[in-house]
Amino acid sequence: MTMDLSFSAEHLAFRREVREWIPGALPPHLAQKAKTGQGFSMDEVMEWHKILHRRGWVAPHWPTQYGGPGFDATRRFILSEELELAGAPTLSPFGLSMVGPLLMQFGNEAQKARFLPTILTGEEVWCQGYSEPNAGSDLASLMVRAEDDGAGNFIVNGQKTWTTYAQYADWIFCLVRTRIGEKKQQGISFLLIDMKTPGVSVRPNLTIGGTHAFCDTFFENAVVPQENVVGPLHGGWTVAKALLGHERTLIAAVGTSRRALAGVKALCRSVHTPSGALLDDPLMRAKIARLDVRLQALQMANYRALAGAELGRAPGPESSILKLVGSEILQQCFELAMEAIGHNGLSWFNEGVVPDEQQGIPSSFCYLRATTIYGGSNEIQKNIIAKWILGLPA
Amino acid sequence: MHFELSEEQRMLRQTVSNFVRKDSPVERFRKLRDGELGYDRGVWRKMAELGWLALPFAESIGGLGFPFVDVGLLLEQFGTTLVAEPYLASVVLAGKAIELAGTPEQAERWLAPMIAGETTLALAYQEAESGHAPERCDCVATRTADGFRLHGQKRWVLNGHAADWLVVSARLGGEIALFVVDPAASGVSRRSVQMIDFRRAAMLDLDNVVVAADQHLPAEDAAAVLEHVYDYGAAAAIAEGVGLMDAVLRMTVEYLKTREQFGQKIGAFQVLQHRAVEMFVECELTRSASIRALIRADDDPLLRRTAVSAAKAQLARGARWVTQQAIQLHGGIGITDEADVGLYLKRAVVLNTLFGDEDYHLVRFASLPTFAAERPDQPV
Ligand SMILES: Cc1cc2nc3c(=O)[nH]c(=O)nc-3n(C[C@H](O)[C@H](O)[C@H](O)COP(=O)(O)OP(=O)(O)OC[C@H]3O[C@@H](n4cnc5c(N)ncnc54)[C@H](O)[C@@H]3O)c2cc1C
Ligand SMILES: Cc1cc2nc3c(=O)[nH]c(=O)nc-3n(C[C@H](O)[C@H](O)[C@H](O)COP(=O)(O)OP(=O)(O)OC[C@H]3O[C@@H](n4cnc5c(N)ncnc54)[C@H](O)[C@@H]3O)c2cc1C
Repeated sequence: MTMDLSFSAEHLAFRREVREWIPGALPPHLAQKAKTGQGFSMDEVMEWHKILHRRGWVAPHWPTQYGGPGFDATRRFILSEELELAGAPTLSPFGLSMVGPLLMQFGNEAQKARFLPTILTGEEVWCQGYSEPNAGSDLASLMVRAEDDGAGNFIVNGQKTWTTYAQYADWIFCLVRTRIGEKKQQGISFLLIDMKTPGVSVRPNLTIGGTHAFCDTFFENAVVPQENVVGPLHGGWTVAKALLGHERTLIAAVGTSRRALAGVKALCRSVHTPSGALLDDPLMRAKIARLDVRLQALQMANYRALAGAELGRAPGPESSILKLVGSEILQQCFELAMEAIGHNGLSWFNEGVVPDEQQGIPSSFCYLRATTIYGGSNEIQKNIIAKWILGLPA
Repeated sequence: MHFELSEEQRMLRQTVSNFVRKDSPVERFRKLRDGELGYDRGVWRKMAELGWLALPFAESIGGLGFPFVDVGLLLEQFGTTLVAEPYLASVVLAGKAIELAGTPEQAERWLAPMIAGETTLALAYQEAESGHAPERCDCVATRTADGFRLHGQKRWVLNGHAADWLVVSARLGGEIALFVVDPAASGVSRRSVQMIDFRRAAMLDLDNVVVAADQHLPAEDAAAVLEHVYDYGAAAAIAEGVGLMDAVLRMTVEYLKTREQFGQKIGAFQVLQHRAVEMFVECELTRSASIRALIRADDDPLLRRTAVSAAKAQLARGARWVTQQAIQLHGGIGITDEADVGLYLKRAVVLNTLFGDEDYHLVRFASLPTFAAERPDQPV
């Protein structure tokens, strides 16, 4: 078999199927927002979640026994790439990609039966309670306490922070300290908490993107049944680490960047300068080309990782750079978009003042500074590669 | 999507890798670099015996008919230890030009002896005024009663100082044409120059050189052949560059693990760790881009141009970053001729300049219909 850059006929047919399905499935008000690049509300995200669920595509990475479609790695990739290219709402990952797979790996039968079906249908919304004011990159320093009340419950006290979508969530999965261990990684447990529990409160936090994407989450003597611990009691760090693995492979976002860069080109075609379209300005064109070249290299790295995964290979060195480079490229796409719209980039949520398709750019530009911070900041990614791939000394 | 090496390819890579490690470490390059030839004709013949010089040519003309990816595998290994023999000049450039533009008789006459390791070839396309665009050609060919007359100058002809035959581009009635010229013919003068990476090239003067009719390679579209061969050259440089970058990263990481200052291995300093990771990132991106360029090198021109230009631009940025940071991380020793990193920096300069530099390929990439396409879902 010679090296080959094309997808199989079967996979190409699947791509066509997805591509043809999206325009009919995306409700007009969502399609309009996709076109103008404005952010989606949580209601809209969940509306799309349910549409995808009806089509059987909401959880492409879930095995069939839990209601997934049993797709191979390439189909999963194609589906998410096509959805990204179409600008469809990004689904909330906390249930589908985080706690769901963890429950499959570490949960008991009762937990799986209780939680997996509603994650799939979107009837219950999840959020992730890992970070705390004093535990960010150094997650194991977390302080939220869960004390045994001797009656089968934990009493939970403390604060989580940067909890995305906590204000909409029905459940939160948390890392809590159930015992003071010798090392800070010991004595942590992975606990599921109903957001309606008395003593749980949420304070939304305005982001630099001008939206309330994340929250502070407070626990004051919240009573949580001990059966909500997933995996071994005091052994939550192992569970947490497995999740970090899942999380990192999610964030190359090549499709999102490709859509963003195509958007930049379209903008530059429509913006006129004294010497013609901005896209024909040699300096602007060179900047776009430079980024495009890098994005295409990243896309190839992603395809290599994908082809490896199809063969059941452990992720190779090329996978380790996907989040690191992908997050930077996405930011750079929006930097160019800001440059392309010039003074219109000074506008902050002024309807009618700037063209619709430019409305979302300043907010996205600001908010996407987060891509190099969440999911393990890029500095942390570099520490990991230096240690585990290059073998440099601590 | 399939990027696995076949059994055959794995064997090829293994053989070449054994060769560079055992028979052609950087010390061999150091011994050869100041000689008049700059490489070893014995090793060239050995490469022929191993079949390497036959890799990319059709079986009908004595080649092995392997895809260009295999040439890439070989050159990547060559890049790791700066192998000196003129594979790129002779096999990839002149060889492919003769194959694509010539007749079977011409292949028999000029390619067969090269494939056998008896001769080497060179392609003369570069001129003082041609910049990075091989189609800019002022060298002129005029018809005579029984052939042609060539007049003009060529610059930076890789292996031109030693080649037994020169493939020369010239304008014939306004169109690009290709001729095979005997360097011993009257009117040909060549001056051997050492390049920054210690390999050699020729400055070539052609003063009304008489060329027989059967020395004209009769391609219908010689300009297209020249462009394709130029892309082969670029893809070859990219592959060699990937090997070079990997070797430089490896030796730098090794240095960080051994050198001590302030009572510890300098590889423990986070700022150097992160720098090394940034080097690693460039290596992985360039390798990814390179695989695409090698696969597309034999493909439809639009896909080929897109992939090659994208990869060559990535190589320029990546190889520059990796070699320059390697010197930085070596400290003072990196500035000495004795340390190998400097040799790699210089080879990177050459690879980045030949077959179109970063700006040339960015402009070309941005002028292709794939760049301006409305939808972001082009084939890769
Ligand atoms: C938009 C957004 C959404 C988020 N959503 C959630 C969520 O839903 N749930 C959740 O639990 N968390 C969430 N987070 C939190 C996120 O995981 C943390 O922000 C991240 O882990 C970094 O922690 P920190 O903010 O405390 O920064 P810090 O860890 O304090 O880092 C500050 C700076 O120091 C650097 N740094 C830290 N340690 C090192 C080191 N060892 N070496 C070198 N540099 C270092 C960092 O890279 C960063 O540049 C979200 C964050 C953002 C921005
Ligand atoms: C051209 C040239 C001329 C010179 N002339 C003279 C001269 O006339 N007289 C003289 O005495 N010296 C001279 N030097 C020596 C020069 O001062 C040293 O090269 C310099 O101090 C670096 O030391 P080093 O080469 O041992 O590198 P190292 O100290 O081994 O450094 C290797 C790498 O590690 C980095 N590094 C080291 N420590 C740290 C740290 N704590 N944190 C982060 N990174 C670190 C360095 O920045 C470098 O990238 C000369 C050097 C050069 C290159």
